[in-house]
Amino acid sequence: MSAPHSGITVESLKQVITEKLEAEHVEVVDQSGGCGQMFEVIIVSPIFREKKLLARHRLVNETLKDEISKVHAFSQKSYTPEEWEKKKPQ
Amino acid sequence: MNFFRAATRTSTLIRPTINARANGPMWARWLSDSLRQQLDKDVKSKDVVLFMKGTPDQPMCGFSRAAVQIMQVQGVDFDKVQTYNVLEDADLRQGIKEYSEWPTIPQVYIKGEFVGGCDILLNMHQSGDLEDLLIKEGIVPEELADQQ
Repeated sequence: MSAPHSGITVESLKQVITEKLEAEHVEVVDQSGGCGQMFEVIIVSPIFREKKLLARHRLVNETLKDEISKVHAFSQKSYTPEEWEKKKPQ
Repeated sequence: MNFFRAATRTSTLIRPTINARANGPMWARWLSDSLRQQLDKDVKSKDVVLFMKGTPDQPMCGFSRAAVQIMQVQGVDFDKVQTYNVLEDADLRQGIKEYSEWPTIPQVYIKGEFVGGCDILLNMHQSGDLEDLLIKEGIVPEELADQQ
């Protein structure tokens, strides 16, 4: 039972996110063991300022619509640079 | 499993039986008017509506299972929850994504309003926002929440 690779890789996803979402920091994990089917992303960007949770998710979904449509699962965590600073261990 | 049968019965009704449009196939892969109208009703069918893969007793996906578990941990009475198994109905599975303008399953509606998917639910659960929302909408009693 092998699924063909989606064409989406950790690198390609990082690049798109950085370019289109003005990301200052991006973490992408392929949880499908390299099959490009299941991704978990963390995005830190000033673009999320003043946006509530649902608005942030919708923005990411819309921006990455093409990529998301090609994979089975996609989960995201979004932070503003300020929120990310607070979150990092001292 | 009353709600299970109700969910499957409802999803059968979703299928458009009449499609007068000249420009669309009978079983439209995009959102037909009748499916949209049905979903308008579905998302309000109970206080909490969950579109998921599988059922609460047998989730067929980790994210759907997580959504169910979060609701359980928050003390939601599942009599107040209507679930729809998108694996049973391909039209529903595609239609709800277009309806909610949200690409993934599970999808949670509270009092007819789209809340989000599993990520958002988890985030709101951890921050306490979900508890606040459930109390505000009268879905969980305040005393129960204090006991956690």
